Amino acid sequence: MTTHTLNNDHHHDMDTTDIFGFWIYILSDCILFACLFAAYAVLHNNVYGGPSMRMLINIPSIFNETIILLVSSFTYGMAVLSSYKNNIYPVILWLGITMMLGAFFVGMEINEFTHLYQEGHSWQSSAALSAFFTLVGTHGLHVTIGIIWMAMIILQLMIFKISPVMQKRLTYLGLFWAFLDIIWIFVFTIVYLMGAI
Amino acid sequence: MYQKILFGNLTLAAIPYHNPIIMGAGFFMGLIGAAVIGALLYFNKWKWLWREWITTVDHKKIGVMYIILAIIMLLRGMADAIMMRLQQVLSVGNSMGYLPPEHYDQIFTAHGVIMIFFMAMPFMFGLINLVLPLQIGARDVAYPFLNSLSFWLAVVGAMLVNISLLIGDFAATGWLAYPPLSELAYSPGVGVDYYIWALQISGVGTLLSGINFVVTVLKMRCPGMTMMKMPIFVWTAFCSMILVILAFPVLTVTLALLFLDRYFGMHFFTTDAGGNAMMYINMIWIWGHPEVYILILPAFGIYSEIVATFSKKYLFGYETMVWATACITILAFIVWLHHFFTMGAGANVNAFFGIMTMIISVPTGVKVFNWLFTMYRGRITFSTPMLWTIGFITTFVFGGVTGVLMAVPAIDYQVHNSLFLVAHFHNAIIGGVVFGYLGGLTYWFPKAFGFKLNETLGKCAFWCWLIGFYIAFIPLYLLGLMGMTRRLNHYDVSTGWHPYLVIAAIGASIIVCGIIFQVLQLIVSIKNREQNRDVTGDPWDGRTLEWSIPSPAPFYNFAVTPIVDSRDAFWAAKLQKSENNNLNPAPHYHDIHMPKNTSAGFMIAVFSGLVGFATIWHIVWLMALGLLGVIFTMVVHSFNMSTDYYLKSNEIEKLDLQRV
Repeated sequence: MTTHTLNNDHHHDMDTTDIFGFWIYILSDCILFACLFAAYAVLHNNVYGGPSMRMLINIPSIFNETIILLVSSFTYGMAVLSSYKNNIYPVILWLGITMMLGAFFVGMEINEFTHLYQEGHSWQSSAALSAFFTLVGTHGLHVTIGIIWMAMIILQLMIFKISPVMQKRLTYLGLFWAFLDIIWIFVFTIVYLMGAI
Repeated sequence: MYQKILFGNLTLAAIPYHNPIIMGAGFFMGLIGAAVIGALLYFNKWKWLWREWITTVDHKKIGVMYIILAIIMLLRGMADAIMMRLQQVLSVGNSMGYLPPEHYDQIFTAHGVIMIFFMAMPFMFGLINLVLPLQIGARDVAYPFLNSLSFWLAVVGAMLVNISLLIGDFAATGWLAYPPLSELAYSPGVGVDYYIWALQISGVGTLLSGINFVVTVLKMRCPGMTMMKMPIFVWTAFCSMILVILAFPVLTVTLALLFLDRYFGMHFFTTDAGGNAMMYINMIWIWGHPEVYILILPAFGIYSEIVATFSKKYLFGYETMVWATACITILAFIVWLHHFFTMGAGANVNAFFGIMTMIISVPTGVKVFNWLFTMYRGRITFSTPMLWTIGFITTFVFGGVTGVLMAVPAIDYQVHNSLFLVAHFHNAIIGGVVFGYLGGLTYWFPKAFGFKLNETLGKCAFWCWLIGFYIAFIPLYLLGLMGMTRRLNHYDVSTGWHPYLVIAAIGASIIVCGIIFQVLQLIVSIKNREQNRDVTGDPWDGRTLEWSIPSPAPFYNFAVTPIVDSRDAFWAAKLQKSENNNLNPAPHYHDIHMPKNTSAGFMIAVFSGLVGFATIWHIVWLMALGLLGVIFTMVVHSFNMSTDYYLKSNEIEKLDLQRV
């Protein structure tokens, strides 16, 4: 054991460490969704005399939702790219568009939920619907949190401009946003596409 | 009407005036609380408490606070245990004992919940916080702020459990709250809600800690410390934290679904509308089985450190120890079904999980032999930590063997839900986890506080625990074989169980003596601290990096970042030094990057506690307020860009020279 004589400036190092930790958080969130998917898989046939999931699903509308969410990831990518050019206004513009698309997505989901509710298919009707509302709703809740977070990032960009810390935070949110896309692909496939067969 | 808006379901009727036992306990808790507050006021220590402890992000101080929480909760859980033992002694034949069933049920639930979630978990995180960064030569953990947040969330969870004693009641469902019993239809009170929120809030903290330590181990090791040169405690804690990250989200979801059932009338686990209660039991054990390894793996690490230090040898079979730990980590996830063989999943499924469970004893056996061979031909010092280790090896092997016995599904059908099972897991948890943590506390105490604990009283505590354990739990094994099921509030004389339960109660009181000795040991050691002061920083002739710095460890940990080139780096350095005295040139100091204290963690936890309490009692405005408080604190914290500072090199030099 000898002593370390290198320079101690490890700010850059710390950033990669921080982002690595965020990846691990994403991993734990994946497991959270995995459990909800498992619950849905176990319960999706337990409709308790109500209509099957197949009769409740409107694929075209969900397809539009999917496209909107995927496009929002693209626009987020544009925001990150423009942040590398150190020009703040395009970043805020792209983030604003992303937020709007996200809000659109959540709005459509709420619309779908209210329709189901008004037709008498609430989360209290059966175990299958409990699992459906919980799984899709948890994803929607994540997107909502992402939107609020994005608003904060825009506010902070206006105050702090583009700094290494803000770059790091953009990376966090970007990971989170892309993660929600991936989860949605699974929701779309397992709940909606497979449900429609 | 206004009362409903202001207080939700909370009324004065929620306070159990009529129950002298609960009111007495509440009065006692209030008395202690008042004494602490009074002392703080009298000595005018509020500011000190806030600046030095509540807002601290120093991993060592957070570790100390975790251990204090664990010891307080140990006393509470132990009181519950004694009450149960006493009830089972008194409640035979015509006598119904002194606890009505609804109260008795809450006591065994609280005992389990407190001992696992608020004694063992905080104790584990306390020791990991205290030691792990020091063992890998790091300045702090990867996320000091999250560390403080995790701790305060654990405190808030523990507080909710204790508040339930006086306001409302606690779950009467057993420590895992199986539905349909825990559903609203059968548990209409607030008990299960207290259970859910106490566990959810502390569970989030646990998950954050898990992420924190995995990143710390992977990214913050000092130069030269490759994975295979890490101290074994770091390895076991690392694997345990991986289990935390993989298992705790499952607990969060499981409890969230139960909450949705109770709060929004969903049907995940209800008996009607297509709910599936067995899904809850599967899910809770997919978390629950890894949980026992989360607790035991760090304890294995502690024993390994202690056995090497006090045998003056390198740990026998370091690599096999690492691999055994990794195997256990993986196997921990594929044995959960052995908790409910009687569910009727079918012979093949039961056979698979039975065999997997037996296989898990192989890596554990490897570890036992490694410890034995480390001691073989070593120069063993029988200090208190070493006694805990030897006591552990025998006790734990015994407990493990009974576990393998129950891994055979056919046998499990006979002893399922009996006291045999209760004896088995207490055997593994007391003999494995508790002995390990208490040994670890004695071992690392000087590093945290700068003086050793009293050895005589420590040995008295050990012997009381060991003997008390056997007297308390061997009868339970026998009772289990005689057919006594767990959680019984009353039984008949003709069963012939009474004498065994009397013996068990005597054993439990011997364990209480052990705890009394332990508290006494703390008091006497603090009183005589000048005699037991550790001036070298290396009181046990240690082997790993934490002993290379002064005791108590300075707040910046290492004045100069160490570079290591072998396992047991400090031991190797000591050997080299004795051969050649010129190896330690004047150290070169550099600025150290340090995190600033912050109250954000404490505030977020307090607001989370408000959310939990408000949700339990359906107080909507308080729920909203708490939630806004959490978000507001997070946002304010994120706007604070000066979260760290540099400790200047000349400052460090000055501090370092003062100590030497």
